Amino acid sequence: MQTALRASLPETELAGRANFAPHARVVREERPVQASGLPLSIRGLRKSFGDNEVLRGIDLHIPAGQFVAIVGKSGCGKSTLLRLIAGLDKIDAGSLSFGQEIQPEDIRVMFQEPRLLPWARVLANVEVGLGRDRASSDAHARAEKALIEVGLADKRDQWPSVLSGGQKQRVALGRALVSRPRVLAFDEPLGALDALTRISMQRLLERVWRDQGFTAILVTHDVSEAVALADRVLVIEEGRIAHDVTVNAARPRQRGSAELAGLEGSILSHLLSADDRT
Amino acid sequence: MSLIDSISLPRSIRLPRADGLIQWIVPLAIIAVWQVASVTGFVPTRVLPAPSDVVLAGWKLLVSGELVRNIWVSFWRASIGFLIGASIGFAFGLANGLSQLSARLTDTTLQMVRNVPHLALIPLVILWFGIDESAKLFLVALGVFFPIYLNTLHGIRTVDPQLIEMGRIYGMTDGELFRRVIFPGALPSIFVGIRFALGIMWLTLIVAETIAASSGLGYMAMQAREFMLIDVVVLSILIYALLGKLADSASRVLERLTLSWHPAFQKR
Repeated sequence: MQTALRASLPETELAGRANFAPHARVVREERPVQASGLPLSIRGLRKSFGDNEVLRGIDLHIPAGQFVAIVGKSGCGKSTLLRLIAGLDKIDAGSLSFGQEIQPEDIRVMFQEPRLLPWARVLANVEVGLGRDRASSDAHARAEKALIEVGLADKRDQWPSVLSGGQKQRVALGRALVSRPRVLAFDEPLGALDALTRISMQRLLERVWRDQGFTAILVTHDVSEAVALADRVLVIEEGRIAHDVTVNAARPRQRGSAELAGLEGSILSHLLSADDRT
Repeated sequence: MSLIDSISLPRSIRLPRADGLIQWIVPLAIIAVWQVASVTGFVPTRVLPAPSDVVLAGWKLLVSGELVRNIWVSFWRASIGFLIGASIGFAFGLANGLSQLSARLTDTTLQMVRNVPHLALIPLVILWFGIDESAKLFLVALGVFFPIYLNTLHGIRTVDPQLIEMGRIYGMTDGELFRRVIFPGALPSIFVGIRFALGIMWLTLIVAETIAASSGLGYMAMQAREFMLIDVVVLSILIYALLGKLADSASRVLERLTLSWHPAFQKR
């Protein structure tokens, strides 16, 4: 299974790169360091739903531009943490700060479902991501640039319903990127994709993150995805951060390398031992 | 090779037009059988006149101008009544779909009224309005109101909440959220309501015109019955069928224009 997947990979990667790399460089030249990441400090964060305390005191500092993955069993509170960071839910206690005043456009979220408007063409869907700048004169141009970044420039006039699952998710990524966010939160964004599409999406995520330097927070149940993408993997158990693992492997990451596999194994054993205790 | 060509080529060219014609095969065949049955005396003309007689009767009425006048009167009543009923139904559907308060205030009342067959109000309506235009407009509007109301409400309530959350995250104002997410999401359901309403519109109008009117298609049919003009009666019924089909086609065209994003309306 592993070897079969890897054997077919170079092709996808080449195709992706041919679409992508030249444009990505153009974008970078036109918009220099402007969209750099924001640091995130969380102190004593708590959140309950009714009697159920989901987060029981989270303390966390994420430096600007770091790629952090959050893993844990279902119901451990990882998605709740992400929604609080993204400002979708209100915090009960504690503090959460980005170190400065932020605009709504600075933080974007990508969900497991692409959540595209079925009645808007691909380009219009990406324009939604501009937030308050939707009406500005360069909205089209900025949306087109974001579509080029995710390699879907040729689909700009299509309806979402004709796209494949992976393409829809790339449109959703384009919509999240178009406002040049400084923090990008991912809630299992690749959970519904097939194995191959998932791997090429992971490469795309890693590439745009390296190009744009936003702070990335990825919630996932897939530990191998976490170690393949993140600088740091947080394991959440029962509403607290149980482990904080640094991943130092060189980028771009080589999937299936012994180093990553070792890390994946140790994180998985953390998760499973927590299972045994309960 | 030549066999494949002869099969695949005509098919790819002919399909769109053949599709448009194919639906008329059955109605035309029925008319042909009917004509033969009348001419051979299998069906007595006192029971059912031959299609040719119906066409002849239609031609006479057309020449005298009576036919056009009656169709126009009925068409006018149908459209105005529909517009009034549909607007009110749409407004209530919007209000109750978007506002909990409004829904709690009016939905129960509307559901009670809905369960009264609107045609049962005819005696009351005649007492109120006589056989005036307003009587017909009132009945049509009332009949059209409920399918539009219910389907607008349903459409708005079933818009994907994930899309609404997405709209809010991306900073849409309430107006934008309505225009870009809620209304387009409710549109397929609203169209279902419109097509139901069009059927009810004709039904109501014809019944109302048959019972209480001094013009219109229903009145023309009742007059013809008085004078035993069975060909005119049949003509009226055929015109109902055609007008009903016309209204349905119009709503389909509208549907196809506004719902081109919908997978069900793609291809062709």
